[in-house]
Amino acid sequence: MNIKLLVENLEFSYQSVPILSGMCMDVPKGSLVSILGPNGSGKSTFLKCVDRILKPQKGVILIDSEDILSLGRMNLAKKISYVPQSSVRVFPHSVFDVILMGRRPHLGWMGSDYDEDRVWDVIELLGLEDIANHSFNELSGGQQQKVLIARALVQDTELMLLDEPTSNLDIWHQLDVMRIVAELVSRQGITALMAVHDLNMASRYSDRIILMKDGIVHASGMPNEVLTEENIADVYGVKADVHVKEDGIPVIIPYQQIMGGEFKRITVGNGVTVT
Amino acid sequence: MSDQYQPVPETADRGRMTVNEKLEKVRREHSQLMGRKIAFIGLIVVIIILAVGFIITLGPLGMTIPQVYQTLLARFFPQFITMDPVFEQVVWNIRFPRIIGGIFAGFGFGICGCVMQAVLKNPLASPFTLGISAGAHFGVAIAAVFGIAIVGGAYLLIVNAFLFAMLCSFFIVSLASLKGATSETLILAGIAVNYLFSSLSQLMAYFANDEQLRLMSLWGMGDLSAFSWSKFGLFVGIFAICTPILLVKARDLNLMTIGDDTAKSLGVDANQVRMLTMMVSSMLVATIVCFTGTIGFIGLVAPHMARILIGTDHRILIPASGIIGACLLICADAVAMNIIGPTIIPTGIMTALLGVPFFLYLVLKGKRKEFWQ
Repeated sequence: MNIKLLVENLEFSYQSVPILSGMCMDVPKGSLVSILGPNGSGKSTFLKCVDRILKPQKGVILIDSEDILSLGRMNLAKKISYVPQSSVRVFPHSVFDVILMGRRPHLGWMGSDYDEDRVWDVIELLGLEDIANHSFNELSGGQQQKVLIARALVQDTELMLLDEPTSNLDIWHQLDVMRIVAELVSRQGITALMAVHDLNMASRYSDRIILMKDGIVHASGMPNEVLTEENIADVYGVKADVHVKEDGIPVIIPYQQIMGGEFKRITVGNGVTVT
Repeated sequence: MSDQYQPVPETADRGRMTVNEKLEKVRREHSQLMGRKIAFIGLIVVIIILAVGFIITLGPLGMTIPQVYQTLLARFFPQFITMDPVFEQVVWNIRFPRIIGGIFAGFGFGICGCVMQAVLKNPLASPFTLGISAGAHFGVAIAAVFGIAIVGGAYLLIVNAFLFAMLCSFFIVSLASLKGATSETLILAGIAVNYLFSSLSQLMAYFANDEQLRLMSLWGMGDLSAFSWSKFGLFVGIFAICTPILLVKARDLNLMTIGDDTAKSLGVDANQVRMLTMMVSSMLVATIVCFTGTIGFIGLVAPHMARILIGTDHRILIPASGIIGACLLICADAVAMNIIGPTIIPTGIMTALLGVPFFLYLVLKGKRKEFWQ
């Protein structure tokens, strides 16, 4: 199998709080890989390290067998695109302008007709015609997420990183976004690495799943290998029923928190602590 | 706006030949919008040229608008047009320089405000609200009091103003990069810096002797009347260096308004761009402040007007902010000069008086939609 992204022994800490403590993983070319894990397990931090938004203290990240540190920032932007969870929305950019920003690594000051054509292609591909001239800030969460994916698409990279693209979306839009990403992977040969919260979404769409806990990989592999009752209990502290459907896709039904151990203290509304 | 489901068509080959009428329509709308935006900048330039003609007619020596343009043209084509030397004296040495000064100052404050708002992602940023004007001003005061009465002082003044403007910029940028620093923190700090340096400047006035006071009021505490042809070269030089640098960074500024992370992931080193553009802006602000004093309103408001009128692409937005700033400033200055007879109201007061109602109108009208749609 062809390896697109290889990460070895990655360590990162904010001030002295360790976030990633020796991550190792790889992403096969042309696959959709989901990173799962509880809040604070280091998913977003990990993606930011891969895209050099954050600088890890230790470890090696190779894309197409090249160290990302040896590539300039602009060259890296031609290889990896990044879809943030949300966008800073201080000024009212039009949707077209937001998507055109994705062409930045490829163009000079003026830009060319090709860049604009590329933007219109992607607008058509994702069905964003109706909102192309609208203000980005006025869009619903689902539409904004699609626009951010469109921006990553015009960047024309082979690897796309997505940071929780489905959080804050209703189930229709969650499916919409996941389907778009899955189709990009299967039709256009893009490799996608995605941080997700929803276990079932990940299970349904991913080729492989990486389960993170406390800054390291707890388990990785096919959805039905990783999403087991034991792993979910270990990582999330949640009791869940896992049913494997006929097509081999596990369906997860969480029903109870596991009390005791490190999950003992849970704060409920009004600051009351339940033990 | 409908949030309708648009299925991705099943065809794998999505060549440019696909006839999609809706897409074509949107594309057409988009290019029309671009055309209108560029036409709008042209319109403001025309307004400025007309305004210049009109403003020069105002004053004790009456003249007509055609006479003004003739006098200005006579300078460039003396073989074709000859004018009364009195006219030439009044237009060319008294009234026109003031307007040129106003155009430079308004343009400079406009583009600096625009750039600062972008790199700090803060709509309240401007040379004035961040305390950078006040810093530059203090630099001038210091230079005036501690010995620049000697020849060649002008450059020392600017260098000094620049150093203090940079000090403020650096303070603001480091503050902005702190974790947890919000836009409010930034503006509060800016206002604090503003007060600190204004007070220090005023304090300097108590230590100054008459000659130094005269220098201080001549440099930096004056208004547009302090501009003269002798300073023209210096202005042109500094603007000719600084403006292109900011324009070259226009695309990067677009990216920075939507977040440093995104900018970095698109290949732009956000911190580097921020330092460079803040430095260049500080240089511009320092130069303007040296010659015209601090004029607060323009740098804050011109970029917002431009943004409401022509959108957020900095390739057009930067020049538009500058041109709108220039237009605002010369118009306000003309009113300030003439509204109550021989008394001249300080330019800054009139800028705010005229600018605020117009600005509020645009804010209210532009709130819901982009202005053109």
